[in-house]
Amino acid sequence: MYETNYHRPASVQEAVKLIGGAAEGKYLAGGMTLIATMKQRLAAPSDLVDLRHIAEMKGITVNGRSVRIGAATTHREVASSAELGAVCPAICALASHIGDPHVRNMGTIGGSIANNDPAADYPAAMLALDATIVTNSREIAAADFFTGLFETALDDGEIITAITFDAPAKAAYQKFPNPASRYAMAGVFVVRRDNGDVRVAVTGAGSSGVFRHQGMEAALAGNWSPDAVGNVSVDASDLLADLHASAAYRANLIKVMTKRAVAAA
Amino acid sequence: MGAEGIGARVARKEDKRFLTGKGRYTDDMSVPGMKYAVFVRSPHAHAKIKSIDAAAAKGMPGVIDVLDGKQLTADGIGNLICGWMIHSKDGSPMKMGAWRPLADQTVRYVGDAVAVVVADSVNEARDAAEAVVVDYDALPVVTDPAKALADGQPQLHPEAPNNLIFDWQLGDAAATDAAIAAAAHVTEVKILNNRLSPNAMEPRAALGIYDSGDDRYTCYTTSQNPHVARLVMSAFYNVAPENKLRVIAPDVGGGFGSKIYIYPEEIVCLWASKRTGVPVKWTCDRTEAFMTDAHGRDHVSTVKMAFDSSNKITALKVDTIANLGAYMSLFSSCVPTYLYATLLSGQYDIPAIHANVRTVYTNTAPVDAYRGAGRPEATYLLERTMEIAARELGLSPAELRRINFIRSFPHQTPVIMNYDAGDYDASLNAAMAAADWDGFAARKAEAERRGMKRGIGMSCYIEACGLAPSSAVGSLGAGVGLWESAEVRVNAVGTIEVMTGSHSHGQGHETTFAQLVAARFGVPIDSVNIVHGDTDKVQMGMGTYGSRSGAVGMSAVVKALDKVEAKARKIAAHLMEADESDIVIENGELKVAGTDKSVPWFQMALAAYTAHNLPTGMEPGLKEGAFYDPSNFTFPAGCYICEVEVDPETGQTEIVQFVAADDFGNLINPMIVEGQVHGGLAQGIGQALLEGVHYDPENGQLLTASYMDYAMPRADNLPSFKVSTSNTPCPNNPLGVKGCGEAGAIGSPPALINAITDAIGNNALTMPATPEKVWAAAHAAK
Repeated sequence: MYETNYHRPASVQEAVKLIGGAAEGKYLAGGMTLIATMKQRLAAPSDLVDLRHIAEMKGITVNGRSVRIGAATTHREVASSAELGAVCPAICALASHIGDPHVRNMGTIGGSIANNDPAADYPAAMLALDATIVTNSREIAAADFFTGLFETALDDGEIITAITFDAPAKAAYQKFPNPASRYAMAGVFVVRRDNGDVRVAVTGAGSSGVFRHQGMEAALAGNWSPDAVGNVSVDASDLLADLHASAAYRANLIKVMTKRAVAAA
Repeated sequence: MGAEGIGARVARKEDKRFLTGKGRYTDDMSVPGMKYAVFVRSPHAHAKIKSIDAAAAKGMPGVIDVLDGKQLTADGIGNLICGWMIHSKDGSPMKMGAWRPLADQTVRYVGDAVAVVVADSVNEARDAAEAVVVDYDALPVVTDPAKALADGQPQLHPEAPNNLIFDWQLGDAAATDAAIAAAAHVTEVKILNNRLSPNAMEPRAALGIYDSGDDRYTCYTTSQNPHVARLVMSAFYNVAPENKLRVIAPDVGGGFGSKIYIYPEEIVCLWASKRTGVPVKWTCDRTEAFMTDAHGRDHVSTVKMAFDSSNKITALKVDTIANLGAYMSLFSSCVPTYLYATLLSGQYDIPAIHANVRTVYTNTAPVDAYRGAGRPEATYLLERTMEIAARELGLSPAELRRINFIRSFPHQTPVIMNYDAGDYDASLNAAMAAADWDGFAARKAEAERRGMKRGIGMSCYIEACGLAPSSAVGSLGAGVGLWESAEVRVNAVGTIEVMTGSHSHGQGHETTFAQLVAARFGVPIDSVNIVHGDTDKVQMGMGTYGSRSGAVGMSAVVKALDKVEAKARKIAAHLMEADESDIVIENGELKVAGTDKSVPWFQMALAAYTAHNLPTGMEPGLKEGAFYDPSNFTFPAGCYICEVEVDPETGQTEIVQFVAADDFGNLINPMIVEGQVHGGLAQGIGQALLEGVHYDPENGQLLTASYMDYAMPRADNLPSFKVSTSNTPCPNNPLGVKGCGEAGAIGSPPALINAITDAIGNNALTMPATPEKVWAAAHAAK
């Protein structure tokens, strides 16, 4: 690791000020990607501004079906929240299968979303839940937030402070893990609202990161049943192919995971 | 057996320090003035080194020096060697290219070391290593072994045209071909054995200390055989003569073969310590380990197995290409030859066998022994072929094996080995009973109702341990003898120290070797210390690999104990004025049989050292040494049965049951044996289901350089194993032991692949059986 300066602000305002004054500063949340990257000398921020000790960014509040999760909330806190579990157990289940216990106790929802790893789990949930990404300066719809591999709509210095969404009537997440990293090779988050709206968001498989599958959504809006998935075709041409899985295999996994998610929802 | 004697499930003495963080590994060693080494490594898989400019690096903070291959060559440091000479079938010796500890002209794989930075801290050394400017002229690359043999491919070493190291054969080609021509049925299979990365929990490390006062070197290193390291570094690398070089392998966290070899880094640390005048420590990071630890396996084979009309095997013909990587590692030549083709008879009576093996240079990391070393390759090939043959012949896999089992011993195979003892029906029957083989059809039907494909597969393995009769291996080309030494020192108060040339890096020798002493003299194992891993304390030894420590290392201890016991009896008889033949030793006392006279063990020992009252002419003291050279290999064998469920929608395989029935001969500590089997099974299942090293064929970049891409087995990939042992004692060593360290890794891969192919109804499946491959094969079968 290269040398870096560590800062621990107590407020969002202070954090923004610190990053503004740094030559090449980076916000540090759980550090589950950033610290590993720095240890491999693939990243060399001059300053780290730690967001994990800012009280206003922590905690989960549920009002009726309206959910607010502070950006510095850890995966373990999301996984084990009883009030969140009562309205949207799917996101708790998703969080409980991220990484391993060490990762779940360190990693945060804001960090995961800001990093937008194409195989991370949370972006699929955000997209399917029509979540709002709240930052220190604005609110961004999830549909506008995830812009490409490891790319988001965040401006320089902008901090995610919370995410909000309305808990749907039905939701579930199913992922097929990469045998080595156990990141998703295909992860599918399905949502069905009382008004019949359906969202199917796919992570781990798209060559531009997380995406919604319109064909699945149309089929499931007409018939919310695992059987509805059978005749939907998944185009492999926009999917990732690597050492572990071809695009064709990922296309198959998307169908299977969607089917299973609908069954589980 | 006593509570701590042979056969007792004694908890491991060494675990207290390991589990409480008190282990002392090479990286824990710290000496005054110690500095840190970081290697500058080639980013190219094949390139000429045009120049190395270290001027900027040398000026950076904390940097002591930057050294390169030209300086190493100028100081007379020798090439790395391969310690086993193999001759091609045309009689020519193997064609070995030069391997420099620091490449000075050409780099041949990604990770090849070209320079070393020594600095005050690891971070400063890393900073400076990035500032060393190496100008490379990139050359074309070849990573595929079959392709490397073809005309017009990149040439790695001028000594080896077409990258061919040797073209070797074993067995009778004419008899084999004739039997195949006359066969009622011939099963033909192409077998791939995937390349593996060893992944010891403790990465390699070395600390080189040059003492200018004594002109003496000390090397702490992660070695499975520190004496061989000293021998090789003295005799071939010209680091220092043996009497001026001390090699210490302290606690070592796993080896699996990868720490047998003497690598460039320990040589360079010793040399750099003298050059710079400071102790130099290097610790490998995980990506470096993936790049530079010697890999395992990587065979491509074609097989023909011939049967007569009664389903008896009449011949086996094997053609193998083995990828040895960019350089010949220390024992790389014997792994795909004498540790492989000699096991091709398996548990079967096969009249004619012929194996042809070509070894090849490619632009990849060197390949050498990895847990099992040649025997897993032989077993996978043979047991996959047997299973496919049974399917072709319409026989149950057990029936085909039973038709062909060897049942009389000793048995001379057509491929050198003479099996001394075994009962293959016993382990097959035990495994089938434990697996409830007869209930499989019902379980399969139940799984089908849940939409799952259930399969069952078996593997009947044999392996050869107890390396090895020295004159025999010498006649086959080995550069060393494969005996073992031991020295038993009884202290004046009766406590006992055993110096052994075996080296424990996870095997539990501190417990099992002490159990031998406890069994012999009735003393508590807490009064016995096992000393190993230090060339200043143990005179000479050949180290631990090939599951040899029980059969060879312990046999040396037994020989030394015999001598100690003989002298102890004489002393006790003298003290009690009894006849030596009436002395019995039990419960820590030497007694006169049939009387109430006895001398405690410690009092006899004290008498040996006070020497006030010893038999006339007897030397004082009680210390005996022995060398033991085995008369044969040992032949552990067994039967493994794996049952799987495959999810046809995803290709995901779940191992629902794994049964291992082994015959290891007598057991010293059944708990440790079970632990060895469990670990071996985990590694074998890892090979079959998950692990595989991949290089980019275009540019030779290592694609599996971290755990993000290299899939290691984890607890949830594995079932609870059902293990059992049967026992035909080895007739050729005093303890009747055979060796258990590698069996799990040898026997398990074919059982698992046989089970998956049974489930999906398609024999065409290669390791690792990733979900995608299984899914594709299952759909191709439809």
